[in-house]
Amino acid sequence: MAAMVQRLRASVITTPTASLINLVGLAIVAVALVATAQRVYQGGATYFFQTLGFGLAQGAIFALVALGYTMVYGIIELINFAHGDVFTLGAFVSLALMPVFGLNEGRISGAALILPLLGLFVVTMLICALVNVGIERVAYRPLRHAPRLAPLITAIGMSALLEGVMNVWRGPFNLHYPDFLPSTQIPIGGGVTIAAKAVMVIVVAVVLMVSLTLFVNRSKLGKAMRATAQDRDAAQLMGIDINRTISATFFIGAALAGAAGIIYGLYYNSVQAFDGFQYGLYAFTAAVFGGIGNIPGAALGGILIGVIYSISDGYFTVSWTQVLVFAILIFVLVFRPTGLLGMRVPEK
Amino acid sequence: MSLLEVSGIDVFYGRVQAVRSATLEVDTGEVVALIGSNGAGKTTTLRTISGLLHPLRGTIKFNGLDITRIEPQKIVGLGVCQSPEGRRLFTRMSVLDNLRMGAYTRSSRADIKTDMDRVFELFPRLKERMNQIAGTLSGGEQQMCAMGRALMARPKLLMLDEPSLGLSPILVETIFSIVREINATGTPVLLVEQNANKALDVAHRGYVLETGSIVKTGSGKELLASADVQKAYLGM
Repeated sequence: MAAMVQRLRASVITTPTASLINLVGLAIVAVALVATAQRVYQGGATYFFQTLGFGLAQGAIFALVALGYTMVYGIIELINFAHGDVFTLGAFVSLALMPVFGLNEGRISGAALILPLLGLFVVTMLICALVNVGIERVAYRPLRHAPRLAPLITAIGMSALLEGVMNVWRGPFNLHYPDFLPSTQIPIGGGVTIAAKAVMVIVVAVVLMVSLTLFVNRSKLGKAMRATAQDRDAAQLMGIDINRTISATFFIGAALAGAAGIIYGLYYNSVQAFDGFQYGLYAFTAAVFGGIGNIPGAALGGILIGVIYSISDGYFTVSWTQVLVFAILIFVLVFRPTGLLGMRVPEK
Repeated sequence: MSLLEVSGIDVFYGRVQAVRSATLEVDTGEVVALIGSNGAGKTTTLRTISGLLHPLRGTIKFNGLDITRIEPQKIVGLGVCQSPEGRRLFTRMSVLDNLRMGAYTRSSRADIKTDMDRVFELFPRLKERMNQIAGTLSGGEQQMCAMGRALMARPKLLMLDEPSLGLSPILVETIFSIVREINATGTPVLLVEQNANKALDVAHRGYVLETGSIVKTGSGKELLASADVQKAYLGM
């Protein structure tokens, strides 16, 4: 805790000009918060909780995708631009697999859904994971000692390739994704309700994130991943096979993105081949917001971006949301380049 | 046949040659010191033995097995372990987790526990600090943690790169006496040091490395007594 506070302090710029800039930054944030608070107050409790529920669900999906960006960045300092498309691939693959699991819209509902959905999650996550491991093997590993720009370009190439494949496969249309989640509202007291759908999305995302945290902190492979992220040479001197560890990182990141793809489909009931591009950028912003390379940071950043997104949509105008989110990205990079919880990158 | 046989290795960083036709051996039970000034190629030699670098020419054999081109994790698996220059701890992990990472290639929990106890016996300080984050240890404690971590692999050959660098004179004494202790239990040690005096005092044999080439070899005592070693490295 003390170390964290120290890190937080150390990451705030402290020269005289910089402290002026920080003041300006704080003032902008304060004005934005006041304006938001006023509109929220006028909008009433029911509307606020609907907006919040939507924001948290959206944020949970951002967080799941952001984790993959941040884990890969933490271990090899690469922004895997194909990651957002692996997320879309999760939605596409699961859509195609639904008949295999007997998931036909309108003919299956309630508790009967649980097992087939579980199967759908497992198989989709596995396929996305293997695709991402393949991407690393083909497009990033051969360039590990090349200048930084090279794998960044192959990453953009891989992103375009995945989008192209999905476009050829199902066309550039908005595809209908079956609506299996209940549309009921859960009362939370005082006549205020929250959508059951949002609660389910949040619960599934939290379970996945908690499992990831336990895995990374407790398991031998998880510790090897952290060790490799902190000092690759030292990790090798411990007998850690870093290629295997890096593959495992791509595997786990993509499994979470695949799961996020299904959740996205189930929540919005619509998916399109190029969704991953913009969604990936949001998730990447979330990862930077939380502190790139930092796993809890990505989760926090995702949820915050989701809530900001929905508050902007709900209380201001939809057309400004994207501007706002990327303004935040710029804002964070200028005022707090290490993100909210601090960067975690290999030590030199 | 020696335990470790390095014969005629040439190692390059890009176009720059860091090690020229170096040949050295470490036998069972020995402490061997590799001394030389900054940039002489000592660390490069250790990194090459560990498989982090590969020589352009020459061979490295361990226990008769050619390990010249095999991967670092496999070399560790064979029992060649290194405590690298600058300690290179996993600074955001606890002392305990650092030691556990040292035992990464091993699976018997009982054996790991035995070795953990042994490391704590050698370095009682580490036991007191086992739940502390490694990055917050003092320099001396970090060095102990790095050596303990290397010992957790139960090495058949322990390589220590500059274990005394940046430590206070008292701690330097402690570190060298621990090197003796480790060796007394039968573990051969290849010691890279700038502190030639201390290193040669502990070592059975030594090699002097100069701009990538081994220019002199002999027993620790011979090298300590040699006029040019005294002049070049001992400041006499």
